[in-house]
Amino acid sequence: MTLVGTSLPRIEDRKLITGHGRYLDDIKAPGGLHAAFLRSPYAHASIRETDLSAALAMPGVVAIYTAADLAALLPGGDRLATGLPSSAIAFPLDRPILPARETVFVGEPLALVVATTRAEAEDAAEAIEMDMDPLPVAATLADAVAEGAPPAHLDAPHNKLAQFGFDYGNVDAAFADAAHIVQGTYEIDRGGAHSLEGRGVLAAPDPIGGRLAIWSSTQTPHALKRHLCRLLDMAEDTVTVTAPDLGGGFGPKLVTYPEEIAIAATARALGRPVRWVEDRREHFLSACQEREQLWQAEMAVDAEGHILGVRGTLIHDHGAWTARGLNVPYASGMMLPLMYDVPAYRLDICVAVTNRVPVTPVRGAGQPQATYVMERLLDAAARATGLTREEIRRRNLVTPDRMPCPRPLLLRSGLPVVLDSGDYPATQAAALEASDWAGFEARREAARKDGRRLGIGLANYVEGTGRGPYETVTVRVARDGRIKVNTGAAAMGQGVGTVLVQIVGSHLGADPSRIDLTLGDTAEPYGFGGFNSRQTVVAGASAEAAAKTVRAKVLKVAAHIMDLPTDGLEIDGDRVVIKGSNSGRSLTLAEIAGAAEGLPGYRLPGIDVPGLMATERVVIDGMAFANGCLVAEVEVDVETGLVRVERLELAHDCGRMVNPVMVDGQIMGGLAHGLGNALYEKMVFDEENQPLTGSFADYLMVTAAEMPPVGIVHSETPSPINALGLKGVGESGVIPTAAAIASAVEDALKDLGVTIDTAPLTPAALRAAIVAAEAST
Amino acid sequence: MTDKTKITLTVNGTGHAIDVAPRKTLADALREDCGLTGTHLGCEHGVCGACTITVDGAPVRSCLMFAVQAEGADIRTVEGLANGPDLSPLQQFFIEEHALQCGFCTPGFLMLIDGTLKQSPDITDDELTEILSSNLCRCTGYRNIIRAARRALDHARTTTEPAA
Repeated sequence: MTLVGTSLPRIEDRKLITGHGRYLDDIKAPGGLHAAFLRSPYAHASIRETDLSAALAMPGVVAIYTAADLAALLPGGDRLATGLPSSAIAFPLDRPILPARETVFVGEPLALVVATTRAEAEDAAEAIEMDMDPLPVAATLADAVAEGAPPAHLDAPHNKLAQFGFDYGNVDAAFADAAHIVQGTYEIDRGGAHSLEGRGVLAAPDPIGGRLAIWSSTQTPHALKRHLCRLLDMAEDTVTVTAPDLGGGFGPKLVTYPEEIAIAATARALGRPVRWVEDRREHFLSACQEREQLWQAEMAVDAEGHILGVRGTLIHDHGAWTARGLNVPYASGMMLPLMYDVPAYRLDICVAVTNRVPVTPVRGAGQPQATYVMERLLDAAARATGLTREEIRRRNLVTPDRMPCPRPLLLRSGLPVVLDSGDYPATQAAALEASDWAGFEARREAARKDGRRLGIGLANYVEGTGRGPYETVTVRVARDGRIKVNTGAAAMGQGVGTVLVQIVGSHLGADPSRIDLTLGDTAEPYGFGGFNSRQTVVAGASAEAAAKTVRAKVLKVAAHIMDLPTDGLEIDGDRVVIKGSNSGRSLTLAEIAGAAEGLPGYRLPGIDVPGLMATERVVIDGMAFANGCLVAEVEVDVETGLVRVERLELAHDCGRMVNPVMVDGQIMGGLAHGLGNALYEKMVFDEENQPLTGSFADYLMVTAAEMPPVGIVHSETPSPINALGLKGVGESGVIPTAAAIASAVEDALKDLGVTIDTAPLTPAALRAAIVAAEAST
Repeated sequence: MTDKTKITLTVNGTGHAIDVAPRKTLADALREDCGLTGTHLGCEHGVCGACTITVDGAPVRSCLMFAVQAEGADIRTVEGLANGPDLSPLQQFFIEEHALQCGFCTPGFLMLIDGTLKQSPDITDDELTEILSSNLCRCTGYRNIIRAARRALDHARTTTEPAA
């Protein structure tokens, strides 16, 4: 019996709903100490003298570490090389664990206090006297890459970390022949991930065994283990990293942070457990962020609205250090033309170093910005050609008869991008139907009579999911008959455990209560963790393969013992039974597991390799592209610039769904995050790059009051690149939202000629756009 | 500032005699001194609501209240919702409606709704949404939380109203 495709209740829920989840800060460490970081108050400054005397005299203080103190504890080096490699990177910007001479963003950790309580550690951190000289700062993204801009790092030649791009087809010829050219300048602001649980780490040394146990609220325990082993110069079998229950991830917890290394090093030096738990202010200042990009783009179309070419420039805010590499701007540039027929494309990307917290993926990872730009251009092209917005898209979408469809673009691995499957025009049609797009003019007119101004908009998207090369899954039937699943896949609250239980359980008795999971298992030497909507796809593929192998072994052993053919047997719950028989003859999985272990001097029962166990690392090089179309209906108040989203209708295709209710949940969460990006979430910095939004009172997250009713239409086109036909869905909801809402707002204001080109579209920004439109008419 | 005070907190009907510094928040005291880690801290600014508990029946941000202020009060936390192995209807509705993902904000929402159930079970849908907007969730997009809360309110009304 298959559990795949059923909305199995989540195995995670019961402990979480009763308050018995075990998040990082819930783990007790007897004799444990607490750490607090002194963080930079300047976006850019030289570090002069440090006077610890007052801080060391504070109550409860055990030790204080500056950069020099910490470097002495890091035999493998004091820099974190977490960036993915790229030949386009002009100079290295690997993060120091603590900087010694220069700080480059507000919130950068500069020193670490260990004390008996967190409050005492925080008090003492405030008492550290660090003498610093502020240095010049480029205030905006455009300023950072201007001629003569003050470098974000004193020893860097300039702020252009990388200049690369995408270029295919004859772009200039396309523009020369175009019936219409439309263009725009688009600004997308910086935002945070804001998992409700921040980061946190607990390190507990075992001085007798020379081992170090780490718990961290991380999406990638394997990466953390690799960095710890290298920097602490410890053998990999002496370090254990465990990700406990995560209170959300959404991207920033995928990179290893200086704080994790610093806490491990100090715990090891002190021979006592040390804990650091990020507070919200620290999350605003020091957890990685994303999204800020400045685009200039133009699109050439023929008289029938066929796209001839797209060209433009993108300046991407990289932040102060290379914490992940060029993957976000790369994804933006790759995604922009992906789902439409764009015969010629040139994008010049400049990656700008800024004196701000480093940029790494936040749910969506560059794809929402690219979708925003492409969909804005298409709306402009619709106006220029006189076509409707839906028709110009329909004419340009890649059609299903061409799937799998190679694109003239490369993945970062160098392999060509191949759209694997999907029916994009049908998905758009489904969204139009679900939203009653055709009936909108009547709704607009009815609302107008009530003095309300409505608009409707749409955006298509693809989401690259299932980033390879693999994730490890081991499936084993233990001697007690329980099924053990160990994997490098890491849970961050999205329910990947339930997904793996459904996939494994489908082959091994279909009883979820008999399956025990170990996620993010760093005892397994090879693994990656959670990012890029990958785990259901890549861990799912390995789980499927491992479970099938184990199932075959179970049936072979049972057939041998029962002296029956394997194809006459099946696994039902905790035992193997005879298909279609009510003889009552059966063997429990416990009995079979015991037999499969072997007996001294006897032959194995029908198998060549002992045990009921299989480890699989199914390699998937391509990406599984999910797709969708979002329709947004909004009400706009012209006088105040306030936008209220009335309804969202999403039609999407994420391949075969393992758990439809959980798919809906992923989409809803993504839509809420996208709604925040569209209208509310904005990191505001002053001209010295001092963040002005440091709490949820200033940085506005979507609440229950802003979230409109949502309709979701599923279709399931299996992906041909993995056995189960799966695609990821974790980032789907966030990608089209700002684009669809911008389209709807522009539609609501079309009689005023207002152009929308920023996200978030705050009331102030919208009023400014309305005033500008009024002034130009 | 760090001199400790002996107090007794009554949490889910059980007394906890603890020594706390006057500046210790109720949230920290519950987590560190009473061993009840189901109450979570999401912002410590009183905005996100993850630390919501009920004090004498009313939903309260436990990060904005000192432990010493809560002596003598009837404090309820997420750990007190279930009756042994039996989940409360509200908890059951949360599972059925997929109203939680990572679960970090969930105890705060549960206690916010539990307090609301007891204080004003007759509120309208709009009022309910307004009340739920006092807590933040990054995973669910709220609609499933609203649905679970609505079911709990309806359930409470139909099961507690005296027969006519």
